[in-house]
Amino acid sequence: MTNLFPKCPNCGATQFNKILIKHLYVCPECNFHHRLSSAFRLQITVDKGSFEEIDKKMRSVDPLQFPSYDEKLKSSMKITGLNEAVICGTAKINNIPVVMIVMDTNFIMASMGSVVGEKITRAFELAIQKELPVIAFCGSGGARMQEGILSLMQMAKTSSAVKRHSEKGLLYISVLSHPTTGGVTASFAYLGDIIIAEPQALIGFAGPRVIEQTINQKLPEGFQRAEFLLDHGMLDKIVPRPMIRETLTNILQIHKSNKRNKPYRIEQYGLK
Amino acid sequence: MGKKDIEEQLKELQKKLNGLKDQVDSEQRESILPIIKELETNADKLKVELYRKITPNERVQLARHPNRPTTIDYIKYLIKDFIQFHGDRRYMDDLAIVSGIGFFEGIPVTVIGHQKGRSTKDNIKRHFGMAHPEGYRKALRLMKQAEKFNRPIINFIDTPGAYPGIGAEERGQGEAIAFNLYEMSALKTPIISIITGEGGSGGALALGVADRVFMLTNTIYSVISPEGCASILWKDSSRSGDAAEALKIDPNNLLQLGIIDGIIDEPEGGAHENHEGMANSIKEKLIITLEELMQYDIDDLLEQRYNKYRVMGQFKEA
Repeated sequence: MTNLFPKCPNCGATQFNKILIKHLYVCPECNFHHRLSSAFRLQITVDKGSFEEIDKKMRSVDPLQFPSYDEKLKSSMKITGLNEAVICGTAKINNIPVVMIVMDTNFIMASMGSVVGEKITRAFELAIQKELPVIAFCGSGGARMQEGILSLMQMAKTSSAVKRHSEKGLLYISVLSHPTTGGVTASFAYLGDIIIAEPQALIGFAGPRVIEQTINQKLPEGFQRAEFLLDHGMLDKIVPRPMIRETLTNILQIHKSNKRNKPYRIEQYGLK
Repeated sequence: MGKKDIEEQLKELQKKLNGLKDQVDSEQRESILPIIKELETNADKLKVELYRKITPNERVQLARHPNRPTTIDYIKYLIKDFIQFHGDRRYMDDLAIVSGIGFFEGIPVTVIGHQKGRSTKDNIKRHFGMAHPEGYRKALRLMKQAEKFNRPIINFIDTPGAYPGIGAEERGQGEAIAFNLYEMSALKTPIISIITGEGGSGGALALGVADRVFMLTNTIYSVISPEGCASILWKDSSRSGDAAEALKIDPNNLLQLGIIDGIIDEPEGGAHENHEGMANSIKEKLIITLEELMQYDIDDLLEQRYNKYRVMGQFKEA
């Protein structure tokens, strides 16, 4: 399925795939950050060989017998080689152990159904048990309509798990990639202690088309893009893809010695 | 609507039967009265069937009926000495959500709910019950206040969804909803949510993470509007009836799926026909539920609340 000459969805420039890989799928012409497969994201983020996946075999069922959902699941599995739209597990980033959550928009736009919600919840529960920070790479079209109300409830389920993780004094960094919208934005994606976004990523709750129809006017330039959200105080930082690993390491290191209920002692830092 | 015609015909039939009863003389009475009785029973049965057998699309219409009681109506019937509180202390007062405190059967409570308007003017002011981030933040502020003063929280849900607009996005619609889910999951006081009309997606859930969730008979709770679903699925929003059916958004299906804890019956003809009757049924349910929830140790209650949502979802592991 690899396209040898992919076209940039933003500027239309065609590049050799090899060159794009070298640029971590950031368009050399316009700096647009292409969507990444979960495998590639892990490869450029965590220490080599450190990732151990959990719940790899979990699969979706068709709880509502929703029109054409079963076929959609089957074809997505075949095309992507994935079982579902998120990959979770433990890993190390510059030797610091973390729990990783990586969404994959190649699988039904990484919409959140029961499996995505359950895997993310389990990832947070594992992080509580192992007292580890969580890093979530988000990217999603929102709730998975084909699972009806069950998909809506995944928002409550994942948010509850984030809350429990947070109450233990543990760190959660959310990285928003293009696009992160709907029910994922309105749950775990926006609950990070620290929220980072990739440049130009579309981030929002309602889709731009729905908003345009509702208010019946053209949306301003750059609306719902990462830069727009940063200006409105909705992000901690925008980090270009090549800098993400380094930035995560930096944040993780600052939080490394942090244990809740342990008062700060100046001596522990070697100062008098 | 076809159902409305049948409703009219049934009323007409009942009138005629009553007329017959008055006309028959005492001699014929013995023999004819049982027949009239039988006809009446049949008419009653048809009436029950009529409401049981409403189509998914008709339920959507009923859930959106403009004369349904709103949060302010329920407060009028159920809450004594109610004081409305305004604003999120951040940006503004969102009129799509009303909130305040008062007594329910002598118990101090916090009441929060979506508010649709009665007139077009009122609806424009209240964005048809679609809240901005400020609405959810006002709700959370009141809920945190309820937690501080150990007041149970009663939420009324009736919204097409969160407001899709420029300002809403600028001020973090997603963040506001997410933060409500996050905080409500561990709020140290009992929460009861009742869907009184439309339970529209994230905008409904933002008041819907609760210890007990109930729906009235003619209401819906859905991840997406049937129209929205139909236009994505079939590029045809007029097929919303099919979408409503496929999404399984009615109380019976949601009870079976384990999403809600019970259904509160609407009075004959629907809540819009009898506001007070509807409020009384809600009152009964609230009394029983509060009695139960207020017995629990708060840690047990929170454990139950976590587990309630924890088990939602269906998947396989092989």
